[in-house]
Amino acid sequence: MILSHITPSVLTALGGVLGMLVVASLIAALLKRLHPDKNYTELIQRIRSWWIMIGIFSCAILLSRTASILFFAFVSFLALKEYVSLIPTRRADRRVLFWAYAAIPFQYYWVHKQWYGMFIIFIPVYLFLLLPMRMVIIGETKDFLRAAGTLHWGLMTMVFSLSHAAFFLVLDGATNPAGGGAGLVLYLIFLTQFNDVAQYVWGKLTGRHKIIPKVSPNKTWEGFLGGLGTTTALAMVLAPYLTPLTPIESLGAGLLIALGGFIGDVTISALKRDLGVKDSGSLLPGHGGVLDRIDSLTYTAPLLFHFVYYLHY
Amino acid sequence: MFQQLFFILIVRPVVLVVLGLNVRHRERIPAKGPAIVVSNHNSHLDTLVLMTLLPWPLLPRLRPVAAKDYFLRNRLLAWFALRIMHIIPLEREAIDRHQDPLAACSEALQNGEILILFPEGSRGDPEQMGPFKSGIAHLAKRHPDVPITPIFLHGLGKALPKGTAIPVPFFCDVFIGDSVRWSGDRASFMTTLGQGIKTLAEEGYRPAWE
Repeated sequence: MILSHITPSVLTALGGVLGMLVVASLIAALLKRLHPDKNYTELIQRIRSWWIMIGIFSCAILLSRTASILFFAFVSFLALKEYVSLIPTRRADRRVLFWAYAAIPFQYYWVHKQWYGMFIIFIPVYLFLLLPMRMVIIGETKDFLRAAGTLHWGLMTMVFSLSHAAFFLVLDGATNPAGGGAGLVLYLIFLTQFNDVAQYVWGKLTGRHKIIPKVSPNKTWEGFLGGLGTTTALAMVLAPYLTPLTPIESLGAGLLIALGGFIGDVTISALKRDLGVKDSGSLLPGHGGVLDRIDSLTYTAPLLFHFVYYLHY
Repeated sequence: MFQQLFFILIVRPVVLVVLGLNVRHRERIPAKGPAIVVSNHNSHLDTLVLMTLLPWPLLPRLRPVAAKDYFLRNRLLAWFALRIMHIIPLEREAIDRHQDPLAACSEALQNGEILILFPEGSRGDPEQMGPFKSGIAHLAKRHPDVPITPIFLHGLGKALPKGTAIPVPFFCDVFIGDSVRWSGDRASFMTTLGQGIKTLAEEGYRPAWE
C-alpha cells in the first residue's frame, strides 16, 4: 500500500493546507475583481509559487519516505547553490566547493540509514576539518579565513540544519502513532511557514514599533508578538494529531518555532543586507529565491527536532 | 533527433537544474529567425545556456558560430559539433583573401536561422570581458534588417572555466538586452553593441570572485 507510511491525520492536515491555498487563491481572485485598478501581480505570483511548492512537497510526502528525504536533499542543494552564488568565492576553491556539494548526498544518506551518530557529526566535525584541509592543499592563503568560514556557515545552515527536517521522517513511528515521521515534518514546515505569514499579517495590520530596524526595517514588535501568539495557539491545537507532544510541551514547541522562525528570517536578512541584495534569487516568483523561503526553517528545523528528540526519543 | 535527445536528457537538466538560470527581460528573446544573438564568452556552457534559453521549437534552427580549428580538430568532436550542436565552423585566421569567411553565416541568416555568436572570439580569462572582434559588424552591415540581441552571461565562467572538466553548480545570470541593428557605421555599431552588454552587466549584483 503506497500510503502505509501516512496516518489519517497527516492526510487530513495536507487536505487542510490545500484548502487554505484554495481560499487564498479565491481571495486573490476576488481582490483583483473588486479593485481592477490595483496591482496584485506579486500576491498572485506568490500564491502560484505556493501551489507549486506545496504540490511538490505533498507528492514527496505521499509517495514514500525516500522521496521525502530526496525532496529535502534537493532543497538543500538549491539553497546551498543560491548561497554559494551569492557570496564572494575564490577562484582557487572550485574543488573545495565541489566537496561541499558532495556533502549533501552523504548527509541525507545518513538520514536514510537512520545513522543518527554520523548524521549529527558529519558536517560539524568531518566537513569542518576536511574543507580547510582541501583549501590548504590548493595553497591559496589570501582570504583563507573568509573562504573557510563562509563556506562552513553555508553548509551548516543550508545542509546540516535543513537535514533535521528529514530526520523526523526516520524516527521510530511507534513513539508517534498519531502522526508518524511525516506528521512531525508537516507540523514543523506548516507552523514555520504559517508563522512567517502570521508575523507578516500582524505586522501589516498593527505594526508600529520596530523590533530590529538595522537588519529588517519592516519587522515590528506587534508582528512578532502577534505571530508568536497565533503560532503557539495553532501549535497546541495541532500537536495531538501530528506529534507525541503533551499540551505543555506543545506550548514550548510553538514558542520555539515562532521565536526560531523570526531569528532565522532576520539572520538571512542580515546576510542579504551585508551583500547588498534584496532577494536571494529569482527561483520562486513573488517570494524571491529559495533562501527567502527557507530562512526561518534553518532555525526551526534543528530547534524543534532536538526539542522533540530530547523529550520523546 | 539526436540533438533533441541530447538537449532533453543532458543539456536541459544540467542547465536548468544543476546550474539554474536567473533570467531578466525574458520577453526580449527573439521569437523567430533570422536573428543574431551575441553574448560575452567565458565557458563552453555559454552556448548550451543560450540554446536552452531560446524557444524549444527553434532548437534545430540555432547555429552557434564556432572556431573551426578548435571544434573540427578530431572526428569525434567534429561529429558532435556539426551534428548535435549544428555549429557553423569559422576560420579564425583567414588564409585565402578571396574566400568569404562569413559566407556560411550569411547563408544561414538568409534561410531564416538564428546565429549564436561570441564577438570576443574565445573564452579568455574567466568572467573577464575581452574586446569584441568586428566580424559581427560585417554581418550586421550585410543584413541590416536582422535584429541583433545582446545577452550578458555571468557565472558560467565560475561553473566551468577554461581548462577545467568538472562543472561546479552556480546560479547563472542571463540578462537580455534590447535588440540593435546595423547603424551605418562600424565604429558606432561596435560601440553600441559593446555598451549594450556592459549596461546589462551593470544591472545585476555580482559577488567578488578572484
